[in-house]
Formats: sequence, C-alpha cells, structure tokens
Amino acid sequence: MPRPGFVLEVDRSTPPILFWRGENFSLEKLPAGRSRVIYAPEPIAAIADVDGAIRRALLDPIDQDPLPAQLFPGMKLTIAFDDVSLPLPKMRRPDIRQRIIEAVLDLAAEAGVDDVHIISALALHRRMTEAELRHAVGDRVYDAFAPRGMLYQHDAEDPEALEHLGTTPHGEDVEINKRAAESDLLIYVNINLVAMDGGWKSTATGLSSYRSLRHHHNPETMIHSRSFMDQHRSELHKSNWRMGKVIMDSGIKVFQIETTLNTDTFPQPFEFLAKREWEWSPRDRMTYLASTTALKRTPRRMARNIFHSIEAPHQMTSVQAGEVEAVHRITTEHVYAQQLVEVKGQTDILTMGIPYISPYNVHSILNPILVMCMGLGYYFNMYRGMPLVREGGVVIMTHPTPPDFHPVHHPSYIDFFEQVLSDTTDPHVMSQKWEKQYAEDEWYKHLYRTTYAYHGVHPFYMWYWGSHGLKHCGRVIVVGGDPKTVRRLGFVPATTMDDALEIASDVVGRAPTITHLHTPPLLVADVI
Amino acid sequence: MKALKVSRKPSKFIAARLASTLSTVTAAKLGPLDLVTEESPRLPDAPGWHRLRPRLAGICGSDLALVEGHASTYFDDWVSFPFVPGHEVVADTEDGRRVVLEPVLGHAARGLDLPFEDAAPGDGDDYGHLIGGHLKPGIQTGFCSSTGGGWSSDFIAHESQLHELPAAMTDEMAVVVEPAAGGIHAALACWPAVHSARERSEVPVVAVLGAGTMGLCAIAGLREYLPGVRIIVGARYPHQQALARSLGADTTVPPDDLARAVRREVGCHVVGDYLSGGAHATIDAVGNSQSIAACLRFTRPRGRIVLLGMPAQVSVDLTGLWHRETVIAGAYTYGTETLPDGSRRKTFDLAIDMARSRGLDRLVSATYGLESYAEALAHAANSGRRGAVKIAFDLRSDLTHSRKEQS
Repeated sequence: MPRPGFVLEVDRSTPPILFWRGENFSLEKLPAGRSRVIYAPEPIAAIADVDGAIRRALLDPIDQDPLPAQLFPGMKLTIAFDDVSLPLPKMRRPDIRQRIIEAVLDLAAEAGVDDVHIISALALHRRMTEAELRHAVGDRVYDAFAPRGMLYQHDAEDPEALEHLGTTPHGEDVEINKRAAESDLLIYVNINLVAMDGGWKSTATGLSSYRSLRHHHNPETMIHSRSFMDQHRSELHKSNWRMGKVIMDSGIKVFQIETTLNTDTFPQPFEFLAKREWEWSPRDRMTYLASTTALKRTPRRMARNIFHSIEAPHQMTSVQAGEVEAVHRITTEHVYAQQLVEVKGQTDILTMGIPYISPYNVHSILNPILVMCMGLGYYFNMYRGMPLVREGGVVIMTHPTPPDFHPVHHPSYIDFFEQVLSDTTDPHVMSQKWEKQYAEDEWYKHLYRTTYAYHGVHPFYMWYWGSHGLKHCGRVIVVGGDPKTVRRLGFVPATTMDDALEIASDVVGRAPTITHLHTPPLLVADVI
Repeated sequence: MKALKVSRKPSKFIAARLASTLSTVTAAKLGPLDLVTEESPRLPDAPGWHRLRPRLAGICGSDLALVEGHASTYFDDWVSFPFVPGHEVVADTEDGRRVVLEPVLGHAARGLDLPFEDAAPGDGDDYGHLIGGHLKPGIQTGFCSSTGGGWSSDFIAHESQLHELPAAMTDEMAVVVEPAAGGIHAALACWPAVHSARERSEVPVVAVLGAGTMGLCAIAGLREYLPGVRIIVGARYPHQQALARSLGADTTVPPDDLARAVRREVGCHVVGDYLSGGAHATIDAVGNSQSIAACLRFTRPRGRIVLLGMPAQVSVDLTGLWHRETVIAGAYTYGTETLPDGSRRKTFDLAIDMARSRGLDRLVSATYGLESYAEALAHAANSGRRGAVKIAFDLRSDLTHSRKEQS
C-alpha cells in the first residue's frame, strides 16, 4: 500500500533536505521549528494489463458510442497525440501513446478505415526529431505512416493547414489544424501528467495557432488562473473550454483518450531522489555523495546528456476514453489521487529546487527563462486552494542559472533574454511592447517550421506562465545562480541558503515560516 | 625642446613588434620611440606659420600601431623620419591663442594652390601635395619631420591648421575634437545608405562595431548629424557600452552579439553566418580581419561599410562582399562635409560644436607626463580592459615652467 503525501515539520533531528540544482543537487538544513517539507505520495499501483485497459476504454467509452461504432470505411480519421513535452522524464518504451495508437489503428483496420493521419499536437513547441517520434509512437507506426506523409507534426504557421472555426462569446478566435477539423473523427491521445493537462486544452491548444493561443496565453489570463492545477479556478482552462464548445458546435467529433501516470519518476541509481531523507539507506547516501561529487566535475553539457538520457519507470494508472469533458473529470480525479497532499495554511517563504528538466527543454537546456517558468510558472502553481506562500512572501529557488541557451531549440529565447528582459520584466509591458514583433518575426517562423525551434513568441508565454507568481511574491531569490543572469530576470542572487534567508528577512522578517516543495516527484498541495 | 621622437630604424620596429606581444611598455622601450631633448623645428620661410606649445596631446590607435611596429608599410613613402608623433593636440600659439590642431598638412600649409576655394586641409582628391611643397612628406602633423608633433613641448603648425577655441571649452574637451571630427566624418560617410533607406520609407539602421574613442565619436556623430537613425553598437566593455548609450546608441551589446542585435532590429533571416538583410550601414571602428568579416556578415546587401579603424594587412573572404554588392568605404580624415540638408560645413567646426554639446571631455580618462610615456602607451593600449577611453600627454606643467623661464 503506497503511503500518501506527507508534510514534515522540521525539528532539530531532521536531516538536511534534498534540493535540486539543475543537473546536480544539494542538501540544505532548514530552520527547525518553523519549516516544513511537503513530500509527494508514493507511486500508486499501476494497471497490470495496460493493453487490456486501453482496449476496454475504447470499446466502452464514457458518454460516447464505442470506438468501433464510430469507424467506417471511407471516413477521414485523424489521431492527434501529445508531443515531446510529455511525460517528464520520457517514459521507458513502449510509450503509452504507442500502445493506444496501435490499439486505435487495429480497430480502424478492422473497420476498413484507410484514410488515417497521425499528428503531433505540438502547438508552438518545437518539432520532434525522428527518434523522439519513434519513441512516442513506436517504430511500427512510424515506419507505416511517416514515409507516406501520414504521420507528421502540426504546423501552426501554415495558413493552408489551419481552419478558423469561429469565435467564442468572449471574442476568442478558434483556429485549429485543418485536417483535424475536416475529419469525420478526431481522436486525441493524451498523457495527463498534471491536472493542468488534457480536456479541451488538448485540441484547443495543441492543434491551434498563435491567432487562437494569444487569447489565453497572455498575462491577464495567467494572473487569473489560480491555479493551473485547479481547472475550476483557472481562466486558462475556462478559455480552452469555451473554445472547446466552438469546436463541438462546428460539428467536429472528438474522441478523447486520456491517461494518467504514477509518480515512479527515477530509475536506479537515482531512486534516492524520490525518497524521504531520513529513510535514506547508507547506499543512498553513498550514491548521493558520489553523484554530486562526480557531477560537480562533469562538464555541464555532459551532465545534461546524462540526465536527459534518463527514462522514467512511471506506469499508467488509468485510461479513459470518450466525451472530452466527462473523460477529463475522471482523469483529473486520478491525477489528484496520485498527487494531492493536504497542507494547512501558507508560509512566508516557499523554497524549491529547480531540476534539469521542464516540458520545454527535453533533450535541451533549461535556460534562464525556463528556470523562471519552472519556479514561478509551474512549482508556484502546484497548489489547489491558495498558494503555498503568502502574498508578499518570498520564493527561494536553487539553480545555477547559467546564461546558456540551446541555439537550435530556443533561438528567440536568446533575443528575449537580451532585448526584452533588459527592457522590462513586467509581463503586461512586454506583451504590449514586444510580443507582436517576436510572434511575427519571419526568421523565427522559418526556424519553427523547418528546424527544431520553438516559435518566436514562446519565451513570452513562458514568462507569462509566471505572471501570478511574479505578482504574488514580494521577492524571488535564486541560490547558486549566476548573479548577472539572475538580476536580468529581476530576481536576487544568493550564494547559499543561509544568505538567501538573510536576504529574505528584509521582506518577511527574521523568523519566517518556510515550506519546501520536495519535488519531483510531482505533487499538488491542497492548501486549506 | 623635449620630445618623443620616432626614428627610422628597422631593427627597432622589429623589436617593438616582437615585444608588443609581451607588453606595450617593453615595446615602447625597445621600439623606435625615444625621449629626446633637441632643437625645436625651424619655422618655414613662408607666411602663416606659428610656433605652438602643446597643452594636451592624445594617444591615438594609429600612434600605438606605429610604436608597436604594426603600422602598414603603406605609410613608408607618405611620412618623413625622424618625426614626433601627436596629432590630437590642444596648444597655445605664441600670439596668445588657445587652439586645437587640424593635423592634415594640406595645400595651404605646403604653400600650394587650394583644390577649391576655402578648402580645408583634408580636401582634395590628389594626394600628391602630401609629399610636396616646402615641407617634407607627411600626411599630417605627427608624421612629418618638418613640423614636429604634439608629443613634445614645442612644434610648428600653419594657420590653416588652427582652430581657436572658445574660452569655455576645457583642454580635455578640446583634445577630443580631432577624433570627434574623424567620427563625424565616418558618420556622414553612412549618409548614402541612410538616405536610400529613407527613400524606401525604412528606418535606417547603422551598426557600429567597436566603442573605443573613434567608435564613441562616430556614435555621437551619428546621433548629432544623422537624426532618426537606429544605432546598434557592439562594445566589449561595460563602460564602453554605458558611454555608447549616453552618446546616443539605441542598443549596446557585446561585439559577438552584434549580428543578432542587428537581426532583431531589422527582422531578417540568418543564413549560415550571414544575415539575409542587415544594417543599412556599418561603421567598423576596429579595423582588422575579424571585424571586417563580421561587418560583411551583418551589413545588408548593397549596404555600406565605413572603415574607420585603421587596418593593416587583413585576410577576409570577400565572396560575401561580391555577392551582396557591399560597398566598403574608408574614413580616414576630415575636411569639408556635405550635411543631409545639403549645407556644407568644415568637419572641425562640427566637431568643436559636438564636443561641447555631447560633453566629450568625459572620454579623457587619464593623462601622463612625457617622461612616463611607456606607462601612458601601455595604458592607452589596454584602455578598454582598464576601463579607460582616451589617454593623453599632459604638457601643461612644461608650459608653466616655460612661461616662468620666459618671465
């Protein structure tokens, strides 16, 4: 029986707590008597018969006819799937998406459907490489469809491949992939790693364009999403749901397949990263010491390669298919069952160790903008109810924050860092002053369409992701971060955790209460 | 008089060149430069000549190239040895005027007919006069054995070279007038490209690579005399970037990021190492193989590169220049300029105005006596790294001493 999440009150006997620092980690002693550490629930039991569960979901969907009943010869069938940003880290083969797509294709073949397109729903993310596509959908699917041009990636800058379906009552444009819009059935294959994923966000975001995305990927929406992990209090989700209604009303039939994973995140020898420190065995301690010592001496590039080669052992805990909203309700329950930890009240300070990876730097570099996004966009938002840190409180992150950027994946991030952040860190100001220029830059569009670059506007979205955190917090401190880079982000650099607490005392006094979010593995704090 | 003098001794030039890889101080000590006491230069038997006593004399990149033995052999036939360097000079005349020197030894100074009425020393498209007249060869004061130069307590200059200074102008401001004139000349050399951009209703973009004295003066010149251009500057050191911004640059970045900054400004593509478009004009205030190659990469096709930094032998792949039909124009000196509104002004008059309006005295970072010439040259050679811009010799104590002797 896996243990639920846990909130540890730090006392004098509490050992130092693990903090991620990019491609390394450290142990930090938190002040006794006023600090607490939130640990994720242990991985819940996985489904033993994954293929059987998938087949049952397809044959007995929620609020829709069984999939075979919706398939017929001569139909246009489109299968869209979540891109390389999910799951994190990438899962061991076979990926769930492969298993689901293979099951769907078996049923399609039985029904005599031969017009099938498979589309990576990457929105404005970078294109996936062949290796990444093969990892996600499997060699058999890739070899059967990609050479014939029937497995490809959504292009949000190809006007010929987009269809404008209309606007929501709020005036939001709904423009999605034309092939998906023209299909008799659109099947979406999702991995719901966190509660934010899935639902109408899959199609309304994953298959859409800048014209659509700008309506909800903006500072105003992000500030009023409290949090992204709580759909009912998230303007981001409300906008996507409104767009979903436009999609439905335009006659597009969507068969949503959602899956959830457990939090079995790290394979050997990194299992200790998910353990509670007082339960570390001598072997865990040795592994920690050996890892940190070796990583300190390892060139950063090599360390990145080591970490990005990790394939997580996470396993599927649920699969449900059918009508989008009904499916997503159940999916969200499964996510909460795995990730929710009840926490009482807020503290003055929230600490977080930023790891090497985010959804936007798979096989890449967690550049300074993504560090901000991970801290204030993701970790800050891992709550339901209210933020873990009080309004005006302090967020302390640990990360080296070098000014490193992947030149192929993140070209516009480099310019964003140099040009936009040297002008302003205010999400509203930058959205008004700079966003359009980056969104419409022809070179960025070219790189997005023809190489492996994120869209020109993407760094803005990453910054907007942290809008609520920026507004909510009185100060953000980065321990161990490159001082110049940290200052460019508008944050305060600190050398050690003690220094950071000293710096924070200007804002929260000399005896602040502290919460440490011990993640990954992922968790959502249910703050009451 | 006391002077720093350059002799024509090939072995000393070679020694300086070799030693410069170790240190400028060593190069200065082993090289062709010596501190001497000798007779003052003789006034020519011609009207308009004056004896001058320098107050401040700047150290320029071309001076350093000479002292370190890196100057091009091109100049061998255009200068006369031995000579006293120093062409950025503010000095007193014997008739009591405080003047700044326009160093080019033009037609008037050499007793030759002017190329056109009211021509400035630098005007004229036949440089034959630079080796003729009643002076020995020399492109300007500081490279001519007949006149002496500013790195001394005493030299001679022709009336056509002198610009009397307003009383309110400090010596420090005045000593920057000569490089300021060079910067303005380079800025105005961008006008054809800027003009054609405006004709296409585009916002003209001028990139400046290098923000030493000349680069900074060019930035000031662009802002002062080509209003409305967007100025993007590649400057290595933080103090250079700060000065560039205060003199009118819109964007400053490290030199390696200049191409990217230009691309951001103009919104073009990057194709290999080159921008598909680029700056309408670029001022290369560095002047070596790498800087010229870089400028070719981010100057737009049919754009204009103004070479302000003095190059020597360079090795550059010119395929891009050929394909993009880029114009490279040299910008050595000053004379009579045609401004965008069609009016004609002397560059030095513009420079005196600009030195005051832009407060260019802030570019003077340190001064030294002639005796400390090795340290002065070392400081000048490493000015960027040491947070400095313009280093000058301060001869005002010699002047006071001389006045006392006379009285």
